[in-house]
Amino acid sequence: MAEILFKLLEMTIIIALLIPIAAMLVWVERRMIGIWQDRLGPNRVGPFGILQSLADLLKILGKEDWIPPFSERLVFTIAPVIGAVCVLMSFAVIPFSPSIGVSDLNIGLLFFLAMASLSVYSVVLAGWASNSKYALLGGMRAAAQTISYEVFMGLSVMGVVLLTGSFNLREIVIAQESGWLIQTQFLGFIIFLIAGIAESHRLPFDLPEAETELTAGFHTEYSGLKFALFFLGEYLSVTLISAMSVVLFFGGWLMPEPLASWLPPLVWFILKILFFVMFFILLRTSLPRPRFDQLLSFGWKYMLPLALINLLATAAFKLGGFYG
Amino acid sequence: MADSEHKYHHQKEKANALSTAVDMFVSQLRTMALVLKHTFTKADTVEYPEQKPYLAPRYRGRIVLTRDPDGEERCVGCNLCAAACPVDCIALQQTIDDDGRKRADFFRINFSRCILCGFCEEACPTYAIQLTPDIELAEYERQNLVYEKEHLLISGVGKYPDYSFYRHSGIEVNINGERKAKGGAEQEKSPVNIKGLMP
Repeated sequence: MAEILFKLLEMTIIIALLIPIAAMLVWVERRMIGIWQDRLGPNRVGPFGILQSLADLLKILGKEDWIPPFSERLVFTIAPVIGAVCVLMSFAVIPFSPSIGVSDLNIGLLFFLAMASLSVYSVVLAGWASNSKYALLGGMRAAAQTISYEVFMGLSVMGVVLLTGSFNLREIVIAQESGWLIQTQFLGFIIFLIAGIAESHRLPFDLPEAETELTAGFHTEYSGLKFALFFLGEYLSVTLISAMSVVLFFGGWLMPEPLASWLPPLVWFILKILFFVMFFILLRTSLPRPRFDQLLSFGWKYMLPLALINLLATAAFKLGGFYG
Repeated sequence: MADSEHKYHHQKEKANALSTAVDMFVSQLRTMALVLKHTFTKADTVEYPEQKPYLAPRYRGRIVLTRDPDGEERCVGCNLCAAACPVDCIALQQTIDDDGRKRADFFRINFSRCILCGFCEEACPTYAIQLTPDIELAEYERQNLVYEKEHLLISGVGKYPDYSFYRHSGIEVNINGERKAKGGAEQEKSPVNIKGLMP
């Protein structure tokens, strides 16, 4: 009984921390983009503008939560919830530190992939239920993009599974004690990262929302809290993809010895995640959005063969005994 | 021959496709590196309410009516500014004083319409109306943006410190209580008798 209560407490704390972190990311992103564009970014609310997200939240709470009369009411309301819930569910399998982590699911990696696939429903249903052309186009793009990038996202992590012999994320981290997997799975990492950007529809792969062509894409008709929920989902998935990259390729909470004793494992894990979040923001600032057909042909013509080659090579090396 | 040429082209195309892919990838990385460099560039932002931006002396901001070096109003109420104004934000009425001086009876600029284009300043024959480097015109009530003559008139000469219209013009008028006859102005010849026969 006490164990269950402890688990519940752990889950509550993780969710209670993740949501403010996702909100803070909005401020971090705006500030960083500002710096990289030779501006200052939001710096007025609180010290360094750190309370900007709070101000944004208060503002968005004050907005009218409008459901368009031409929409499919029920689906329209559920869609943003699906997105946020799916991403939050994925965090259940992330091992934050040797002792923290909600679940040591033995199919943790598959669970993550499944949740990533499920979160497509959020975007597709939002696009469909909005019953407007921009939203529908955005939803269609999201469906095509996410489904095609899912394929080689799964394939790119199979190299990791081959080398560690486990789908359990905690075991994958522990298996990296002798050396991070980035050393042998560099190609796999690049493919996973690109697929992850496409999965979380961040720039340069934000075609589902592409504000220059589709107004706001799938969330054109959304306002108020539902809109905020979409954003929460997006920033959470940025954190999730960063966390997964760290877990799968950068040794999770592990650090080489002189560094490891300086800070607790959880702090190292968070620092590594932060590095990737910054990378995502840098991507958004610097790269333009490709055309939709370019995105898909890039996926199928380059990424898929590369992922297959990576998997094949890893398997061959494994069989040849190169990894010991 | 033709066949081998075709083959050669085909191979070249293939090699090009690969090098294009590499070029594209490198180009993306280069872009990101260039943006990352800007971490260490100083922001261009001027934090406005605390830090005022530099406004050039000839900046086109709030409109004023200036006075001549003798301290008299320069405006002669000729209406050219109101005619030049593309948004019709200037309204005025001319009167003539007993001493022959012309001036504006009322002069009204509606700054909620004014686009600060500076056409009035260009049209003004007496340098009376001038635009100043002041942009802080915000008001809580729209009505307060309508400036009357007493709001517009300043005590200085503005951008043209020496110019006095009446000292140059051939109008019969009093300057500082001193009567100036026709032809008595600076660089002015006495009137010509157009009915005389002499050259």
